[in-house]
Amino acid sequence: MVALIEYGAGNIFSVKNALDYLGIENKLTADPDEIRSADALILPGVGAFGAAMESLKNSGLVPVIKEEAKRKPFLGICLGMQLLFDKGYEFGEYDGLGLISGTVEKISEPGLVVPHMGWNKLEICFDSPVMNGITSDDFVYFVHSYKAVTDMKNIVAYSEYGGIVPAMVSDGKYVFGAQFHPEKSGNTGLKILANFVKMTF
Amino acid sequence: MLAKRIIPCLDVRNGKVVKGVNFEGIKDVGDPVLCAAEYNRQGADEIVFYDITASYEGRGVFLDVVRETAKKVFMPLTVGGGIKSVEDIRETLRAGADKVSVNSQAVKNPQLIKDGADIFGSQCICVGIDAKKIADRKWTVYINGGRVDMGIDLIDWVKQIEQLGAGEICLNSIDADGTKEGFDIEMLKAVCDACTIPVIASGGAGKINDFYEVFEKTGATAALAASLFHFRELTVGEVKDYCKRKGVIVR
Repeated sequence: MVALIEYGAGNIFSVKNALDYLGIENKLTADPDEIRSADALILPGVGAFGAAMESLKNSGLVPVIKEEAKRKPFLGICLGMQLLFDKGYEFGEYDGLGLISGTVEKISEPGLVVPHMGWNKLEICFDSPVMNGITSDDFVYFVHSYKAVTDMKNIVAYSEYGGIVPAMVSDGKYVFGAQFHPEKSGNTGLKILANFVKMTF
Repeated sequence: MLAKRIIPCLDVRNGKVVKGVNFEGIKDVGDPVLCAAEYNRQGADEIVFYDITASYEGRGVFLDVVRETAKKVFMPLTVGGGIKSVEDIRETLRAGADKVSVNSQAVKNPQLIKDGADIFGSQCICVGIDAKKIADRKWTVYINGGRVDMGIDLIDWVKQIEQLGAGEICLNSIDADGTKEGFDIEMLKAVCDACTIPVIASGGAGKINDFYEVFEKTGATAALAASLFHFRELTVGEVKDYCKRKGVIVR
């Protein structure tokens, strides 16, 4: 079972719809025991970094997430991906989960349209099971105004938008983060979600 | 590089597509879910459902359509029409929309943009604008489907909604709409120059080169059309192939 961590941030139903469509058993939950017994975890999220981190803290789930991320496949999506890093600078400075080293900063280039909204091409940096069957010709759907700033060794794939925008990041073990929305990225996105879940077997 | 988006728009009344769509192999051309699936197959980058239902009951049926679509089509879905409050936005997003489009109501109550952006994030608040030319490089904002002139300067309004936290603008030219003579390049350029949020071009698409022209000559990041795709004068795939051949980045 894949646990979709429910902490009151964003449209979690889209991710659930995609997993249902793929026939993957899943559950929306905020229960620490269910999170511990799940085969994999997904942390969705839409909105602002500070507010989301606050809800996550209020839900009391931060310790269990940090613990379980060392043991089983863990995927953060969009804001859920940004929360994996050490710090976020959206409307202030906030601590993240610290599962991957790096910060989250505003996309700012003179004249650049922000949010980065739409389909962008993936540039794949290295092989990872989560990107099986995905090539550098595939497009995925992004919508965000902040991006991760992290070492290249953590970047599985990126897109170009006023510089490098980390698209898929990983700690090299169980933790993954997608800045794009796999649940909104057509067949490419569904393939990535299926790849992620396959890592549990 | 970010691809330019091609977005078909469907008008929905009481849960059915209003004009009917001429798709080969689809019998119930009035079913919005099937239409969305077909546009997805053609390579559409997003879908817009515009609810023109007047009744409360119709709204429920419409949200069911959104729910069904979100279960079957895994691409961004924008929903417009009938959104008057934060509660309406919440209900629409919970039904599976990724963005809501607010138009007349945003003009009457600009605070709705700010409240929506603060609570749900800028990325899901698209502001639709209907505007008409009044003088050289001057346009005013209309509401109620382009029937009522609010006398508000378009460029002032664009700056105001960006400030309030809108994540995107869908700009419809009343002058170009229905003419099939191409997008309103002059107005789009003026709006794209006045803001740094994404702008969707709407109104006037009649031939394949119109899409290339709008991407070539303006900063619009997406182009929207309705009847052109409904009546299958062009498919989304044809438009994208053409733009790609001309050097525009599309998915």
